[in-house]
Amino acid sequence: MAGSRSFLSRLRDGDEIARLVTFLFAASVVLITVLLVYELWIDSALPRQKFGLHFFVTTVWDPVLDQYGALPFVYGTLVTSAVALLIAVPLGIGASIFLAELAPARISDTLQFFIDLLAAVPSVIYGLLGIFIVVPIMREVIYPVLNKPLGFLPIFKGPSYGVGFLTAGIVLAIMVIPYIISVSREVLLSVPRDQREAALALGSTRWESTWKVVVPFAKTGIMGSVFLALARALGETMAVTMVIGNTPQIAASLFAPGYSIAAVIANEFTEATGDLYLQSLIELGLVLFLLTFVLNGMARLLIIVTTQKGSKVTN
Amino acid sequence: MEASPNQGISVNVAATAGSAATRENFASIPLRMRVSKVDFYYGSKQILFNVNMGIADKRVTALIGPSGCGKSTLLRTLNRMHETFSNSRLEGEIQLDGQNILAQDVTSLRRRVGMVFQRPNPFPKSIFDNIAYGPRINGMKGAIAELVEKSLRHAALWDEVKDHLHKSAYELSGGQQQRLCIARALAVEPEVLLLDEPCSALDPISTAKIEELLVELKSLTTIAIVTHNMQQAARVSDFTGFFLTGQMIEFNPTPQLFTTPGDPRTEAYITGRFG
Amino acid sequence: MSVRLRWRKFVSNFMLTMTGVCAVVSVAALFFILGYLVYNGGTSVNWAFFTQLPKPVGETGGGMANAIVGSAKLLLAASLFGVPIGFFGGIYLAEFSGAKVAGVVRYAADLLNGVPSIVIGIFAYSMVVLPFKHFSTLAGSFALGLMMIPITLRSTEEFLNGVPRTLREGAMALGASKWKTITTVIVPAAYRGILTAILLALARVAGEAAPLLFTAFGNRFWSPGWGQPTASLPEMIFRYAGSPYEDWHREAWAAGLVLLGFILIINILARTILSRGIAVPRS
Repeated sequence: MAGSRSFLSRLRDGDEIARLVTFLFAASVVLITVLLVYELWIDSALPRQKFGLHFFVTTVWDPVLDQYGALPFVYGTLVTSAVALLIAVPLGIGASIFLAELAPARISDTLQFFIDLLAAVPSVIYGLLGIFIVVPIMREVIYPVLNKPLGFLPIFKGPSYGVGFLTAGIVLAIMVIPYIISVSREVLLSVPRDQREAALALGSTRWESTWKVVVPFAKTGIMGSVFLALARALGETMAVTMVIGNTPQIAASLFAPGYSIAAVIANEFTEATGDLYLQSLIELGLVLFLLTFVLNGMARLLIIVTTQKGSKVTN
Repeated sequence: MEASPNQGISVNVAATAGSAATRENFASIPLRMRVSKVDFYYGSKQILFNVNMGIADKRVTALIGPSGCGKSTLLRTLNRMHETFSNSRLEGEIQLDGQNILAQDVTSLRRRVGMVFQRPNPFPKSIFDNIAYGPRINGMKGAIAELVEKSLRHAALWDEVKDHLHKSAYELSGGQQQRLCIARALAVEPEVLLLDEPCSALDPISTAKIEELLVELKSLTTIAIVTHNMQQAARVSDFTGFFLTGQMIEFNPTPQLFTTPGDPRTEAYITGRFG
Repeated sequence: MSVRLRWRKFVSNFMLTMTGVCAVVSVAALFFILGYLVYNGGTSVNWAFFTQLPKPVGETGGGMANAIVGSAKLLLAASLFGVPIGFFGGIYLAEFSGAKVAGVVRYAADLLNGVPSIVIGIFAYSMVVLPFKHFSTLAGSFALGLMMIPITLRSTEEFLNGVPRTLREGAMALGASKWKTITTVIVPAAYRGILTAILLALARVAGEAAPLLFTAFGNRFWSPGWGQPTASLPEMIFRYAGSPYEDWHREAWAAGLVLLGFILIINILARTILSRGIAVPRS
């Protein structure tokens, strides 16, 4: 019947329009992402042509002479992230073990809630606390405690101005702990009960069953959480900028001031005169993007692998 | 109608109106474990009611009954695994060699009373490291390789894996994994080995292999097995306890329970009228 | 009990206690942060903070009214940009798309989600600041909106997929077209989760300063319209905290307190909505 067909086809068209419109929105996400990568690549063309791979091994960063090298920033980014992980990983894994294996469900959930809130605190506020709390503590407590007895070690040599690699590392550690805890707690909870029971039934203490059986079972996922935390630490801008000292140098001492990729972009972008300067900063942004891209990808893979292992039925 | 410590086992049949209580004494078989007046609660729900029984030394004791009757729950109390659930509560006494296990240190108890679970649960380690786990945490350093070989032989798995000891345990088939779990439990040289429906996840051939194994193992260690497969109980065990809704209805030497059961409920179960 | 066993039990108790200490330390950080903010910022937050413009350097007093309004404008425009893309994109993924296309879109969203916020700022700079040749609220909103897209997209898809088949089939059996089913049945059933996700996305971008540094840039005065650089709370905190002026430090604490308070309230609100509500209305 002609009347009902046109009604039906209108209905169909309504669905078709809906499909098309929503597709456009979804496609725009892909478009934006592609565009982002493209812009980063195109807008860093000058330094890539001029310096090539040399960019990564030069320590000079001199806007006056228009000479740019990424090494001090890559160094600072890596060192602060390493310090952050050295502090955050043991603390985070320890806390996640407590939350997953020991605490009763309600306490575990409540504490996890607070940890999630910790992850919601913005970077500038960590920076604020970094400047006014951590920096003085570094100058007056941590530095004397470490430098007096251990000052002969290269990493603890030299004076401290409060700001520096170690300070930034400590602030970063607090920022990434929630990521390690949340993900590790989840993977630990997904380890099948009978693994722990098998260990206990062999006469293990609770710690032995946790540390020698449950944690190894979940170790891929826990590694994933560490990669996630590392990705976050590498890209962290505000807090690091505020406490790292903003000095483009490579120094062995943790007390020395330094610089990170994100920090130099934040500080110098708006003052960059000349295309080479600006584009060098953008190239640094590209490097950062690639680093976090690889790490996030690996992290996701590791986490998926572990949670799938837990639900696998043996043969 | 109870056994006194280290004396013979006596048969326990619930006295119901109209049935005569039978008592037979096998004075020559000592008891390894004794369960006395055990009630078990999970939260506010009572699961076991006044259970009394003995586990005969170097024999196989089977616990049978329909699902949900409490037989696995009872088995798990024998090595205090029920304590892994926080709202479980046990009343009564359980003895190992005359001493109350509830008053002892649980870690050393579990070394002496081992357990094999319903689904094979090897650790994510190599075959060798799975078996070596128990001895290592107990401080054994040298001579582990010999112990691993001995345990694998006892579990009838040695020939199949002797050239692959460092492969992951997950590469074994289900039946092999379960024998690995048996070997792992044997490596700490337990006095009693508890098996909770060890074949329910396995194919018939693996099941048959494990049943053969159990009959041989009893000379090494006392065995208690929970099974929902009556024929299995009839094949491998020396004594059988029949459970129904949390109570032990009858406990007798296996041939007797299966041919001339003392309680009509036992008879109904083994002739397949329910369960 | 043998010596070895005693030692093992001691180690067990000790290590397990240490894990508890780790958990307490980690959580304590939150209370420490809050405590310090309240302590240092509490005295500086006053009516002037909310209503006055910043005073010139050297004069005490003043407030951050322009930053508060600036942040509000940025968040509003960011939502108007990012939420529809994420929301309708999510509908496409959940209701219309095939597996391959869905995979590509999801991958792009995850990638976007992982981009450091400073790099998002660079992108927004090239896309909005350069063509118009100055910093603007629009550029800042673009950057923040970009950051809201992935969370909104993934959550919309997830919550729409969580709506039970029976609801969909019920509607379609009554003759409703696909689109009608989506708008009248499925989305309403999933709205709690989606709303929560939007709120959480908002809370996350509200605190971001990095992407604003060279998009919205900053402003010591009001920013009329959308085409001018604007102050925002996170950016002000950054500039004031790094300055040498005692008075500005106090203002930074006050701003920190207000900003964090706002973010935490939204977080708690969002999580309560999610946990209280049921995603599917009971009949």
